[in-house]
Amino acid sequence: MSESNVASKAEAAHSEAALLPPVDVFEDASGITLYADLPGVPRDKLILQVESDTLTIEGEVNLDTPAGMEASHAEVSLPRYRRVFTLSKELDSEKVSAELKNGVLRLRIPKAEHAQPRRIEVRVE
Amino acid sequence: MPYRSLYPRDLFAELDRLQRDMQQAFELSPSIRGLGRGGFPAINVGSSPNSVEIYAFAPGVDPTAIEAQIEKGVLTIAGERKPDLPGKDEKATVHIDERYAGRFRRVVSLPEDIDPAAVQARYRDGVLHISIQRRQAAQPRRITIE
Repeated sequence: MSESNVASKAEAAHSEAALLPPVDVFEDASGITLYADLPGVPRDKLILQVESDTLTIEGEVNLDTPAGMEASHAEVSLPRYRRVFTLSKELDSEKVSAELKNGVLRLRIPKAEHAQPRRIEVRVE
Repeated sequence: MPYRSLYPRDLFAELDRLQRDMQQAFELSPSIRGLGRGGFPAINVGSSPNSVEIYAFAPGVDPTAIEAQIEKGVLTIAGERKPDLPGKDEKATVHIDERYAGRFRRVVSLPEDIDPAAVQARYRDGVLHISIQRRQAAQPRRITIE
């Protein structure tokens, strides 16, 4: 799983500007787990897309702001997050599971059956 | 803990951060609380005629464990975020490690006209929203001319 900077740059050029959410990615024998910080994104504003080998995470921030509020200091300066990853072919993109809780997205991408590690038996003759 | 830009956007945002880091390093009299940016949680502040609104972007934090207090016109938000990465003894390889983990504490100085007794705090979708009412006397009042 490698980040496709080229793809995300090209995409950003012709779509709206977005923040790059911080992520944690780790891999174990049966698959890859990804955590992404998407604070302020409700479930219905989260878009997850797998297209051939590209995974796109996109979310829109939805804050309840009172009428007449003016921002005086903003560290989260855009109301949108986007991040694109390239999946490798041993991952089973059909079986991705996702969970969004307290602004944290957890994605689990299992490895395809044939890519699961197999112990190679060494025979002594 | 030095922490990389929380939501790096693009090359220009990174250059901007670099410039701020340089300023921080060379400026002889920075603000007493530092530049304040780039910490966890990221904070947005807004104001309306009736209230001051503070949004702390603290995803994945147990809302009951967040300590928020106002003392002498300074709002402090503190807590801890548990790491989601596997421990060293587990058989897993970490590929990307960007999310903040550990204790955090941030302070925001508030305007003088706020009413510390009229505070509302909500945690939704990983954002702590604190709304503090301004004192009535401080609100702009229209003067009628007879």
